[in-house]
Amino acid sequence: MSQENIQDSLLRFMTCGSVDDGKSTLIGRLLFDTKTILTDTLTQIEKTSKKRGMTAVDLSLITDGLQAEREQGITIDVAYRYFSTGSRKYIIADAPGHEQYTRNMVTAASTAHLAIILIDARKGVLTQTRRHSFLAKLVGIPHIVVAINKMDLIDYDESKYKAICESYKAFAKEIKLSENRTIEFVPMSALNGDMIVDRGESMNWYQGPTLLDILEKTTADYAGKDKNFRFPVQFVCRPHASDDHDLHDFRGFMGRVESGSISVGEEITVLPSQYKSKVKSIQLGDTQLQKAISEQSVTILLEDEIDISRGDMIIKSNDAKEPTKNINAMVCWLSETPMASSRTYLIRHTSRESKAKFDKIDFKVNIETLLHESISNLNMNDIAQVTFKLAQPIMADSYQNNRSTGAFIIIDESTYHTVGAGMIA
Amino acid sequence: MTTLSNLTHLDWLESEAIHILREVAGQCSNPVLLFSGGKDSLCLLRLAEKAFRPGRFPFPLLHIDTGHNYDEVIQFRDLRAKELNERLIVRSVEDSMKRGTVVLKTPDEPRNKHQSVTLLEAIAEFEFDCCIGGARRDEEKARAKERIMSFRDEFGQWDPKNQRPELWNLYNAKVHKGENIRAFPISNWTEMDVWQYIEREKLGLPSIYFAHKRPIVRRGGAIVPITPLTPKKDHEVVEEIMVRYRTVGDITCTAPVESIADSVEKIIIETASTTITERGATRLDDQTSDASMEQRKKEGYF
Ligand SMILES: Nc1nc2c(ncn2[C@@H]2O[C@H](COP(=O)(O)OP(=O)(O)O)[C@@H](O)[C@H]2O)c(=O)[nH]1
Ligand SMILES: [Mg+2]
Repeated sequence: MSQENIQDSLLRFMTCGSVDDGKSTLIGRLLFDTKTILTDTLTQIEKTSKKRGMTAVDLSLITDGLQAEREQGITIDVAYRYFSTGSRKYIIADAPGHEQYTRNMVTAASTAHLAIILIDARKGVLTQTRRHSFLAKLVGIPHIVVAINKMDLIDYDESKYKAICESYKAFAKEIKLSENRTIEFVPMSALNGDMIVDRGESMNWYQGPTLLDILEKTTADYAGKDKNFRFPVQFVCRPHASDDHDLHDFRGFMGRVESGSISVGEEITVLPSQYKSKVKSIQLGDTQLQKAISEQSVTILLEDEIDISRGDMIIKSNDAKEPTKNINAMVCWLSETPMASSRTYLIRHTSRESKAKFDKIDFKVNIETLLHESISNLNMNDIAQVTFKLAQPIMADSYQNNRSTGAFIIIDESTYHTVGAGMIA
Repeated sequence: MTTLSNLTHLDWLESEAIHILREVAGQCSNPVLLFSGGKDSLCLLRLAEKAFRPGRFPFPLLHIDTGHNYDEVIQFRDLRAKELNERLIVRSVEDSMKRGTVVLKTPDEPRNKHQSVTLLEAIAEFEFDCCIGGARRDEEKARAKERIMSFRDEFGQWDPKNQRPELWNLYNAKVHKGENIRAFPISNWTEMDVWQYIEREKLGLPSIYFAHKRPIVRRGGAIVPITPLTPKKDHEVVEEIMVRYRTVGDITCTAPVESIADSVEKIIIETASTTITERGATRLDDQTSDASMEQRKKEGYF
């Protein structure tokens, strides 16, 4: 594959659904039918299936890896799986569906280009379906596939399938889900393998693409199509002490292009210092690049000797950006320990860190009803709009415009645990 | 100057790994890179070059030596460290045995699991706050849920139910004294990705990765190499066949696979058509229990 987008050769997607909707089976099926599961793994799960008294091989055992999961027969943490087709590599995040695992879904969603929302054909659109769709929207997943699973249990009935599609569409309209987002529907049986990789024989009435067809043609973009150049500096390379005298004045600014692109010769501004310079060269290993594009990790050298350190951000000079100490964000609380509004927390935004204090909680979103409620404190799995005051300025974009520079995590200052995830308004 | 074309999934994976390595360097005060001379850690070294050259690596290399190694792997390890002009620290399980912190049940037993003890001792000795390793999520089920920056407590233990959530590409490597982060820059790589990267980067490998003639016996479906550490049993018939290793580790528990692939190119073709997972084929110790890797990781194994 040849493209100007580094990310197009790789698609990251997640599965969401309630317990028992068939997420693990679907992933097992994808891996199995794309020949990713190898004989020894298969032998192992055949054995385990038999031990549990099942007649067919339980493909969900491929993803349900942890001891506790196998004992309880449920998924308890996000698992990552991989497969490749001729055209691209896929990374799957299997997120558990239980209510208490909103945080796992948000975690899986944070890196996904696409979400497969599973619906049990017998049950149709449930509260959980609404919750998963809302979260996919909140975290900015640009592509949604509604997979209506277990079609075998409703005799592959086309009219029932269509009715479920209609009710989902009505709900999608209600929450404006299709704004900046594609939504596709596919009927399937993960158990029998219909319409996942192979079409099967049972649903000839369905003319649309299989699930894999959809995955293959989806562009690997993130919501937030910001083309503005953002380069958070991760590390400064100053090998002046080395034996090589040519390197005496070498100052390389190392980082990953989070969005947009930069070419040699372009004028840049460093934030928050506002120093200006020009790009002298761009390096990736031994290679000199003319241009660096989004998601490439490179080293940038500048014409002038200016002081830059980790946490600074390089942008283009024709693009203005004001560092800010006040942010308003949607926060998902991830920790079992509730937020203490009197405490100070740490915020990590790009390669920058700052102390932060909660200013006020505007509202909490009830993820069952999607209505706003007022609360005074955040508990695990709560999603709320919060205002913060920061000790250090950050170079924030709105999450809607930029998934990298609009996101941050909240760290507990004493335990160092990651306790929250934020998306800047 | 290079123009942009043909950017592949390898470029994306490489970029992600470089980003992770630089985060370790930016966030941790005393990291170390675990280097065994094996293919995954050789990829890590190339990624570290891309991440930090022309500077020196902001961390030394550490090998936990089981004493059960093939000579060519150890030679290769030393050669590579020297070529890169980076500091290599070696700490050995045998020293832990002398100190009495590792006690073997039987003298010849596999020492893979005892590496945990020696590793923890090295972490304490040098006060490392982060160990960079070449583990991949596709290697084993328990690894599929591993974070890229994985928290270990003072006992080096991994608690799968108490992992730090990891979102976007925002990593949290903060620890208190005594605690430790294990960072896995190639988490998202598969065995195939590793081989393709080795081919693209023209990385050298220890010779045992390529098909060679070796005396072996067949024991319960597995190919067991005959070495001073793994002698044949009385009734067994020794054959000389063409084999290669898919992983390098403790001689007593790492088996080769039958193969005539004597170049990276041919290994890639073989890998594409293989029907057995890397661990299934080559780790004689993981098969005992479905959950044995998870068990070992809870005990502080890498
Ligand atoms: N009849 C039928 N059963 C299915 C289908 N997909 C999954 N199942 C079954 O539903 C149960 C739950 O599946 P699982 O994949 O573990 O669901 P998860 O909790 O969403 O991961 C298992 O018994 C599966 O065999 C399907 O398409 N048809
Ligand atoms: Mg499951």
